[in-house]
Amino acid sequence: MHITDILVTGEPIIYAAMVSIALVSIAILFLLTYFKKWGWLWREWLTTVDHKKIGIMYILSALAMLFRGGMDAMMMRVQLAFPDLGFLDSQHYNEIFTTHGTIMIIFMAMPFLIGLMNIIVPLQIGARDFAFPYVNALSFWSFFFGAMLFNVSFIIGGSPDAGWTSYTPLSGAAMSEGPGQNFYLMGLQLSGIGTLATGINLMVTILKMRAPGMKLFHMPIFTWSTLVTCFIIVFAFPILTVALALLTIDRIFGAQFFTLTGEGLPMMWANLFWMWGHPEVYIVILPAFGIFSEIIATFAKKRLFGYNAMVWSMIIIALLSFLVWVHHFFTMGAGAFVNSVFSVSTMLIAVPTGVKIFNWLATLYKSKIEFSVAMMWALAFIPSFILGGVTGVMLGMAAADYQFHNSYFLVAHFHYVLIAGTVFACFAGLVYWYPKMFGHKMNERIGKWAFWLFFFGFHVCFFPQYFLGLDGMPRRLFITNIVEWLPLNIISTVGAFGMGLGFAVFVFNIYYSFRNSEREETGDSWNGNGRTLEWATTTPIPYYNFATVPYVDEIDPYVRMKEEGKTTYDESKLEPIHMPSYTGAPFIMMAFLALGSFGLIFEWMIVAIAGLIGGVIMMILRSFDYDEGYHVEVDEIKRIERKARGL
Amino acid sequence: MKIKHLRSKWLGLIPLSLILFLSGCGEMTVLNPKGPVAESQYELIKYSLWFMLGIIVVVFSLFAYMIIKYREGRPGRKESDYDPNLHGNTTIEIIWTIIPLIIVAMLSFPTVTTLFDLEKAPEPEDGQEAKEPLVVHATTADWKWFFSYPEQGIETVNYLHIPTDRPIEFRLTSADAMTALWIPALGGQKYNMAGMQTKLFLQADEEGVYDGRNSNFNGEGFAAQTFKVHAESEKQFEAWAEQIQNEAPALTAEKYDELLKPGLTDKDSFSSTHLEYINHASKEGMGYVVENYRDLFKEKLHLDDIEQQETFQ
Ligand code: HEM
Ligand SMILES: [Cu+2]
Ligand SMILES: [Cu+2]
Repeated sequence: MHITDILVTGEPIIYAAMVSIALVSIAILFLLTYFKKWGWLWREWLTTVDHKKIGIMYILSALAMLFRGGMDAMMMRVQLAFPDLGFLDSQHYNEIFTTHGTIMIIFMAMPFLIGLMNIIVPLQIGARDFAFPYVNALSFWSFFFGAMLFNVSFIIGGSPDAGWTSYTPLSGAAMSEGPGQNFYLMGLQLSGIGTLATGINLMVTILKMRAPGMKLFHMPIFTWSTLVTCFIIVFAFPILTVALALLTIDRIFGAQFFTLTGEGLPMMWANLFWMWGHPEVYIVILPAFGIFSEIIATFAKKRLFGYNAMVWSMIIIALLSFLVWVHHFFTMGAGAFVNSVFSVSTMLIAVPTGVKIFNWLATLYKSKIEFSVAMMWALAFIPSFILGGVTGVMLGMAAADYQFHNSYFLVAHFHYVLIAGTVFACFAGLVYWYPKMFGHKMNERIGKWAFWLFFFGFHVCFFPQYFLGLDGMPRRLFITNIVEWLPLNIISTVGAFGMGLGFAVFVFNIYYSFRNSEREETGDSWNGNGRTLEWATTTPIPYYNFATVPYVDEIDPYVRMKEEGKTTYDESKLEPIHMPSYTGAPFIMMAFLALGSFGLIFEWMIVAIAGLIGGVIMMILRSFDYDEGYHVEVDEIKRIERKARGL
Repeated sequence: MKIKHLRSKWLGLIPLSLILFLSGCGEMTVLNPKGPVAESQYELIKYSLWFMLGIIVVVFSLFAYMIIKYREGRPGRKESDYDPNLHGNTTIEIIWTIIPLIIVAMLSFPTVTTLFDLEKAPEPEDGQEAKEPLVVHATTADWKWFFSYPEQGIETVNYLHIPTDRPIEFRLTSADAMTALWIPALGGQKYNMAGMQTKLFLQADEEGVYDGRNSNFNGEGFAAQTFKVHAESEKQFEAWAEQIQNEAPALTAEKYDELLKPGLTDKDSFSSTHLEYINHASKEGMGYVVENYRDLFKEKLHLDDIEQQETFQ
């Protein structure tokens, strides 16, 4: 085999990427060695089972993925605004929108939210860690290796090019030869397993490890949104796992599940994909709703309006999300009756969503709104998301969708909901909980710059696309040399660069704040307006979270605590705390499975089997692992707490 | 003051841009229907737009009211403007559940009736007699269109002629990847899938040349898989069909096979149809193209000159 059969060659952009990747990797290796940080990296991060550290690693990876997906987006927008430049050819454009979509949804939005859940949920329910800390580490590494696997595809082997939906028969072995599509299958499979495990893990954590006294309807709304999301994950992800496995077997082992030849049923893929795919969009939107609810209540300095309605509407949305997948192929010719049923069920989702919007508005009523950066992201979400939501209803009207389907109208719609919903929430949540994670705030002035740039850029980029769709421009089109479409495409590209700039300022703010922000003294960082238990811990949070677990029997327990001058800390009740030990096993196990996946991608069966065996050996070793963790002694807890509380 | 200034600026942006864009709406293809199917879809879109604008106006005004009135430092805030424990009101919550439900119901009825209408040939206008639909088989293969007219015994590649004021019954299928037939001026799309057949009724009321395309991504040549629709009077159409029947060569099995090869081709016409050799709409022939051209699918075709394709213009 020749090296050019593996490495992608012939594209200047890709050579540039290779060089920069090589340079960055060398720089990282050099710095780690020079500052003698290898041991630190291994002991503190690669082997950690601490939910807070795992959460931080999730978020850092997600930011990196947002950068990668954003670069893809910029390249597409350049191509669409300047078709005569010939910046990208068709093949390259197809690979880019495929990796962009996949990365944004699977490797950016979901991990970002899971990262926030990782850090915040145990704190909100007064727990010391996840129910299964080891599994949590495993989940992270499976996501991480899955993402890396997917990302190397553009220099090694070639990227998938059949869209993030990967419809068969196009994505089958006959029409998409080579490793590209296999990267998609294995990358998603590996990380999907981790997501499923996280879903189960968080569900058990929330159901079993709440502070004494805390009933389900006392839980903070973000924890509620996480719980509902976990149910969706647990029911939806197995479908994806099966669908990916079937297509993998088709492609690599020559089965005929989705092929045109044999007895294949290509349309089955669309069904399986969207039975997972539609719930998936709620996996990335419900936690966002939870985050906005927390932030709006905090900075409105007021209790969330209609807590019960908020919870129930999330539950109803989750249930409905499994009943509407056919709206993704209204144009499949399923007939008027089927389309009517799915059309109405789709539109019904607007009702609980509307209830939530009105509840947020009512939370603002008679409040004292403080325009901090986190709050601005949350407020901007409301009008922006409405513009995506109403067009969603229009898409749900099947007869009208015949005209919208596969057009830029759709592209505008889903970016409106995904960005105004999920991405705004990721930024809002990160800014909001930042002091908890890192012990200092992000700079507010720079934060506002990032906000306004991104916010304007977003609307300028995507609003015109509704009209492109109405003018007949289809999605996934790599060239726009139809004169009527050019002006709006150029405007859209300008907006995209605004967003890119906003993101750059946001990232700069991380660096700037790390250097310059004041360190946090108290745990209740937002002028003492925290309402839920995460604000009741000290900052930095001790690794065992709560020295003594508080008793909770109401919504927003920390508000009452502060009124009564209490804290969660009670020295007389200290007991040794049981904690899990750090372990490198999850990292190694997933590295083996990633190696195995890599083998499968190139159909090198020896590598695939070796990786699989390595993974299985790690699992066997784990089953003989009797490490029960360790206890933090009372003296140690006292020392840490006294120092943190300045007693 | 600074915050307020910024806020009013961005609130102002949205209606402003609306006006800007809406002024161009007259020319948007979908909002400018040329046939009864597109017309009924346009009516539905217009109808829904009013509701959506209503929702937007309500939410935006409430939102503006809240953030202006209840911002922390507003001069002249009263004690009564703050009630941190206000957290529910059953009546109002019921109201804002019921109203969206009513809206959904009001959107559902026309949607469902339109859906059922679209499954049939469009009704003739008042005073006109109903015409038998003209059957056109639209078959795609990577990356071209075959239009077979069984009645006229002709077949065209990458362009379409249709009579006005007569329903067209498209029978859609594909020889390989999944595609979709979309002629936005005449109405919305449906999928073409190998091994099955879907039906799509469209009709043109106005003579003219309209853009049609495959709207479902199917690989490298996707952007160039477009065609022009020439809608002309029944008479002109008949004349055109006859001319093709007389002047164009017959479509032999070999020629058709050649055309099925993955790649781009220019417009072409034939005095017989491929329907006699192969039925892509049946499961039996489904793998035919893949089996024949498995090796060609493997190759990257590098269609660099895609912009020069005539069909693309
Ligand atoms: C900087 C902001 C962004 C820009 C400029 C952008 C731009 C684009 C463009 C140009 C396309 C291709 C459309 C087409 O040709 O059909 C696209 C597709 C897509 N984008 Fe984005 N995008 C952005 C952010 C996001 C985010 C944050 C998400 C998800 C959370 C996302 C999800 C998707 C998906 C799922 C697709 C569809 C891919 C496919 O067709 O297979 N995008 N985006
Ligand atoms: Cu089908
Ligand atoms: Cu959906």
